[in-house]
Amino acid sequence: MPVTPLQRHTADVVVVGAGIVGAAVARALVVGGARVVVVDRREAAGGTSGSGEGNLLVSDKGPGPELAMAQRAVQLWPALTAELHDELRTGLPGGFPDLELEPKGGLVVATTAAGASALRAFAAAQRPAGVRATELDASGARALEPGLTPDVALAVHYPDDAQVQPVVATEALLASARRRGAVVLTGAEVTGPLSLRRGSSGTRLAGVRTTRGEVAADAVVVAAGPWSGEVSALLGAPLPVLPRRGVILVTTRQPHQVFRKVYDADYVGAVGSGDADLQTSTVVESTASGTILIGSSRERVGFDAALRVEVLRRLAAGALTLFPGLAGVPVMRSYGGFRPYVPDHLPVAGPDPRLPGLWHATGHEGAGIGLAPATGELVADLLLGRPPALDAAAFSAARPSLAAHLVGAAA
Amino acid sequence: MSAKRIDPARDVARTATAEPVTITVDGESVTGVRGQSIAGVVMAAGGSASTGGALRRTAGAGSPRGVFCGIGVCFDCLVTVDGVRDVRACQRRAVEGAVVTTQAEGLPTRVERGEGEHRA
Repeated sequence: MPVTPLQRHTADVVVVGAGIVGAAVARALVVGGARVVVVDRREAAGGTSGSGEGNLLVSDKGPGPELAMAQRAVQLWPALTAELHDELRTGLPGGFPDLELEPKGGLVVATTAAGASALRAFAAAQRPAGVRATELDASGARALEPGLTPDVALAVHYPDDAQVQPVVATEALLASARRRGAVVLTGAEVTGPLSLRRGSSGTRLAGVRTTRGEVAADAVVVAAGPWSGEVSALLGAPLPVLPRRGVILVTTRQPHQVFRKVYDADYVGAVGSGDADLQTSTVVESTASGTILIGSSRERVGFDAALRVEVLRRLAAGALTLFPGLAGVPVMRSYGGFRPYVPDHLPVAGPDPRLPGLWHATGHEGAGIGLAPATGELVADLLLGRPPALDAAAFSAARPSLAAHLVGAAA
Repeated sequence: MSAKRIDPARDVARTATAEPVTITVDGESVTGVRGQSIAGVVMAAGGSASTGGALRRTAGAGSPRGVFCGIGVCFDCLVTVDGVRDVRACQRRAVEGAVVTTQAEGLPTRVERGEGEHRA
């Protein structure tokens, strides 16, 4: 008899990944009546979800499916936060920690004439899609953010941008899912598929083997963030997900001086770029505890987490272009993580066209925290046979823009 | 100011005759031993100091905080020294006449959706 007997679980759905996307998928499924097991090789929010800022942005998205997903998420977050607060009120002494959902709005700032015309055009394209975007001149922008540089060519205020504490949100979603019967297995790394033969037509995925035992399930949802490529390959249908590194500086607690999410207009271009080289674009915001977070960087360096001073230097220099008053404020730490990058820059949420039983919920790059509830809802809608709130085809792994990157796609 | 930069033979904290060093903390004179960090002086003064040995109070509950890591990593002991804020008290050696003030800014106020929605 083994010292640590492996367990065997049976569920309707096994979710691989206990980050915020996996947690949101799991909760949406159990709320819909499914039996769910979540497995993660580490702990909850131990990867990408624990190494970002907690953005819920509509401001950086042009018209299209990702904007629609963000707008759906903006609708879902307040009610979800209230539900979680009510459900979890009795679970811990003193209640569950606050999710710190703060609809603080975003302020996008162009400091050059060229940047201003690009920003004006971008906002003009967003408005017909339902994005509230108000142009401000330098004095209008500085009325909202008194610490802002006077060198403002144009600013656009997006009142619907928000912020949430990603680790608390992930834990709250998982706690809620557990209260409704979900099983969460941490320290359970997927080692391979459980497959079912289907006559002559091939195999169907019927669960996963993990280092903590087997989980048999009708569907496997891979929500492993930037590791989704590896996990899906292990299960038999690799998805082209790559890690894109990002680093953030954290200042000491400061008197409140940055009120919104304030970012340079070149951020939108940096997010949409596929360039592998280091890109930095300034994003400055306060946290609920009073520190200031300074981002953002993007580089494709695989899973290399080495500290690179050049990245830190560029982030710090960028912050001073927007908030000159931050000069001399101590940076007490930096942290970084890996965003799940898909070549066509769209989340993947839905069934895999190549392997029945395999589902994906990944590819959100830097937007996964904010988009998680809408992603969970979409995957649950599709898995439970409900009409989806979003255009499912746009997020399908079978979409045309992903076809060239998909190995073994059905002809 | 790192401890590593001090020649052990000249480390005043280990001399046989301790020399006093006096700083002010929130306006009150506190005397320690030359060579101690600011955190060391405040802790040693303990209950006799107006802060009760605390280096700051938390923004939420106003609870007293002392030295947590003591090695400059946690940034929990930040004080203002001679007008410069966010100095780690555990890393700064007490200098005669240093003016130390504790920091006590509150939490950020929430910014609610819709605020500032006006056209320029």
